[in-house]
Amino acid sequence: MSGAWALRAEGLAKTFTLHLQGGARLPVLSGVDLSVAPGECVALAGPSGAGKSTLMRCLYGNYGAEGGRILVRHRGEAVDFTAADARLVREVRRETLGHVSQFLRVIPRVPSLDIVAEPLVARGMARDAAREEARALLLRLNMPPALHALPPATFSGGEQQRVNLARGFAPGYPVLLLDEPTASLDAANRDVAVALIREAKAAGAAVVGIFHDADVRDRVADRLFTIEPRQEASRSAA
Amino acid sequence: MSDDAPILDASGLHLRFGAVPALDGVALRVWPGEVVAILGESGSGKTSLLRVLSGALAPDAGGVLYRDASGAVLPVLGMGEAALRRLVRTEWGFVHQNPRDGLRLGVSAGGNVGERLMAVGARHYGGIRAAAAEWLRRVEIDPARMDDLPRDFSGGMQQRLQIARTLVTEPRLVFMDEPTGGLDVSVQARLLDLIRALVADLGLAVLLVTHDIAVARLLAHRLVVMRRGRVVEHGLTDRVLDDPQHEYTQLLVSSVLAA
Repeated sequence: MSGAWALRAEGLAKTFTLHLQGGARLPVLSGVDLSVAPGECVALAGPSGAGKSTLMRCLYGNYGAEGGRILVRHRGEAVDFTAADARLVREVRRETLGHVSQFLRVIPRVPSLDIVAEPLVARGMARDAAREEARALLLRLNMPPALHALPPATFSGGEQQRVNLARGFAPGYPVLLLDEPTASLDAANRDVAVALIREAKAAGAAVVGIFHDADVRDRVADRLFTIEPRQEASRSAA
Repeated sequence: MSDDAPILDASGLHLRFGAVPALDGVALRVWPGEVVAILGESGSGKTSLLRVLSGALAPDAGGVLYRDASGAVLPVLGMGEAALRRLVRTEWGFVHQNPRDGLRLGVSAGGNVGERLMAVGARHYGGIRAAAAEWLRRVEIDPARMDDLPRDFSGGMQQRLQIARTLVTEPRLVFMDEPTGGLDVSVQARLLDLIRALVADLGLAVLLVTHDIAVARLLAHRLVVMRRGRVVEHGLTDRVLDDPQHEYTQLLVSSVLAA
């Protein structure tokens, strides 16, 4: 398809070289070609260990790539994420590319409300307005107001995940990466998460996700992208 | 576009202490609004690098350029003592590992903060005192302790006072040398959050030296990993720490004890 895309991987390859294990090489991805259009949600599929999470991390620039390119449509231009310097990656993450991971990396002592508001403030919103949006989104995710002022360190897994979701969805990024966004949510909050994903798509966001919950996947994904496990079973060689 | 020009630009830095290379071809740039951590173990050359970048130590070769508030690009090495002192007083700030190196222990807490303001021309006593009180509050020191001597403060409080003293003049570039070293872990976390929030609010450029990966992860946008006077790896903080390429960085990251 040569249509409009928001995120592309072209011939993407990722191999880990473990210098502390005598330079052992772990090939995880090779020749990955993926193109995601605005408003489309692609679910990554494949057995455990096939490299779904590795691909997500490469797409976010958290892992480097050994070969191929990752292109992100940023301010209307194609940015090669594999070659971009750290400052450009930060800018793309601030404005264009959002990521909801499985785990909230907890910043000690920062109230949940500010954790959610932070990416809005980074994009130039006034702090009070950002807090107001953060508050509304946390309430929608059934987080009682009493929790908004607390740092999420002591929260349950499901509560932390809701703070994480609010932080990821608040800015309305044009490209969203979701790694198990509903993993520890109850049914009611899972429905809110599904609604947030659908609204993001309707607003034109390109979404790539890993969804182990088949029901959630069926409700949000337009197609599956299957990653085949690497043929050489060299992963157990060490 | 001032944001597109680095505030500090060092290249080709070489320095030897006898037979030992402290800096071996180091280049480094810092842009406004960016926190860059220099990560390395003792003897890696990271503190020498900070001293060279801030003009406190002359390298054997190489240059450091600083872009000042007016947009002029100045050579840090060779601008002369007076010009360097002016920068240190106005556009630069220093947070030392040991607060005693950055504070005057015989001067009141409020005086320590107010003194920096007077050095850049503030004269109105009431205004200076109000600004000092406001900064004590920002670093979570009760303004009621304004007239107490910092020698009676705990280590964590002294460090917070040093930060207030440094930031009160709103410097453009702050050098920090292990700012949380030597503090209890609980005090460290509080201080790190404070630094993180202030740096973001003020949009400071910070050059931070640390051996502590957790500190680097929390504060820095970019990392420079040093070993034996060389930069072995650099880049976006989370990429360097989560997908380290160099053998030495892999060793550093894998050696962290999980709590």
